[in-house]
Amino acid sequence: MASKWLTPNKEIPKKIYTSAGFITFIFVLGIWSLLSYSEFVNPLFLPTPTAVLATATEMFVSGEIFADIGISFSRVFTGFMIAALIGIPLGILMGSLRIMEGAFEPIIGFIRYMPASAFIPLLILWIGLGETEKMAVIFLGTFFQLTLMVMDVTKNVQNDLIDVSYTLGAKNAQIFTKVILPASLPGIVDTLRITFGWAWTYLVVAEIVGASSGLGYMIMQASRFLQPEKIIVGILIIGLLGLITDIMFKSIYRASFSWMRKDGF
Amino acid sequence: MVAQKSEFTTTGKFASKSEEIIIPQIITPKLEIRDVGKIYKTKAGETTALEKTSFTVADGEFVTILGPSGCGKSTILRIVAGLEESNSGQVLLDGKEINGPGPDRGMVFQSYTLFPWLNVKDNITFGLKLNGVSQKERDDLARHYLQLIGLEGFEKHYPIQLSGGMKQRVAIARALANDPKILLMDEPFGALDAQTRTIMQEVLLKAWEESKKTILFITHDVDESIFLADSVYVMTARPGRLKKKIPITLERPREFSMKSTPEFGHYKDELLSLIREESLKSIK
Repeated sequence: MASKWLTPNKEIPKKIYTSAGFITFIFVLGIWSLLSYSEFVNPLFLPTPTAVLATATEMFVSGEIFADIGISFSRVFTGFMIAALIGIPLGILMGSLRIMEGAFEPIIGFIRYMPASAFIPLLILWIGLGETEKMAVIFLGTFFQLTLMVMDVTKNVQNDLIDVSYTLGAKNAQIFTKVILPASLPGIVDTLRITFGWAWTYLVVAEIVGASSGLGYMIMQASRFLQPEKIIVGILIIGLLGLITDIMFKSIYRASFSWMRKDGF
Repeated sequence: MVAQKSEFTTTGKFASKSEEIIIPQIITPKLEIRDVGKIYKTKAGETTALEKTSFTVADGEFVTILGPSGCGKSTILRIVAGLEESNSGQVLLDGKEINGPGPDRGMVFQSYTLFPWLNVKDNITFGLKLNGVSQKERDDLARHYLQLIGLEGFEKHYPIQLSGGMKQRVAIARALANDPKILLMDEPFGALDAQTRTIMQEVLLKAWEESKKTILFITHDVDESIFLADSVYVMTARPGRLKKKIPITLERPREFSMKSTPEFGHYKDELLSLIREESLKSIK
């Protein structure tokens, strides 16, 4: 039985699959408990799970955390939306028109290696410390990768699919709307899912400097006041928010692209 | 256009042909390939993929082009489809020079080219919808072609749920539903297993007899080229060139059993020896 689970690419029962993920979580929690309850690590640096839970409950009950979640979410969401709204069409054009690829690929390929966080001092000089600056960091952190990934997805649209469309009477504009777009849509949704995850990771960076609200700010404050429970709660919330958006994208994917599955469900 | 004239007179064949056009009783062929050649520029220099080639296909004729792999037979088809440009010559469809791809030349590829996000019915009516055919007419045509290819009841299926043979049937239906003047087929059964292949040949012949379409069909399968065709053109290996035209006079409608007749065998022997020379050359 167990040897079957170790055969590459072999399907395993759904139950076993889910349990495996569950066990990993328990394992990590176990190590954490072991290190903290035994006070093997100073509680000042690693609080116990119960202490974190108590802090989390308190933060949610008092409601102070919701304002931070709200402002952080709006920063991530807006910054990311702007990146997607520009990146998707640009990526599609770069993936299908050689002239667009030639014009934009080199510069985007270059900028994407520049760390978004290093732009923060410059962004502060240019646009100040307001919301726009926070969103700009998220934008810079995701836009270039997203555009290049969409370009790749679009490039992978089978050439014969485009050729056959021409022989069926499609014009250039229709090739974009009726062939390239639907063919690359699953890949685009998947790209959005992955890059939205990255957007969350840029949040703390964006909120380190000059912020007075948000989850990143809350984490920085907690560090200053030596409250590791609060830091961990903050990190867990960001992780959960990321996970929720990931699940949302996955369900959009499942619901929209049933044609990709043999069983049609 | 002036340059064209001088080009024709250099090859004897075309000098006579252009004079023939003046004679009124000559019927314009459905498809005319005139001196079409293709050269690829590579790092190593120029490669002639297709030497200047000329042939005609009559209205309603089923022509197969038989050749070893890499002989440029797909290049001819792609040039006729307008998907590739030739370096010389011209392609005339109903006497008019073609310019780029268009719905008057339907094409079926070897690779599966159904739109995976559309169901069978929407795949078949894709071209019709682009060209503004009404919903009712589209429904009727879809039903007709589904029946013709024997896939009634599959209209709501998505391509991923179909076998290779079924996908190619739908691809044929999609091309025919668009009512092209000529159907171009680039080894459409090349990826199918031998059994499915023979069945597909019969499906195609049925569709051809019913639709009376002109078909230009590329293959490297000798049996297939004979079984389907009114005429088989044998191509040489690189640089590609038409070597010989062999009219097939087997009676119609063709039956699977004809493949074991001595007549079929003679064609096969002749074609096999012609193609073998070419295959050997292409290996060297």
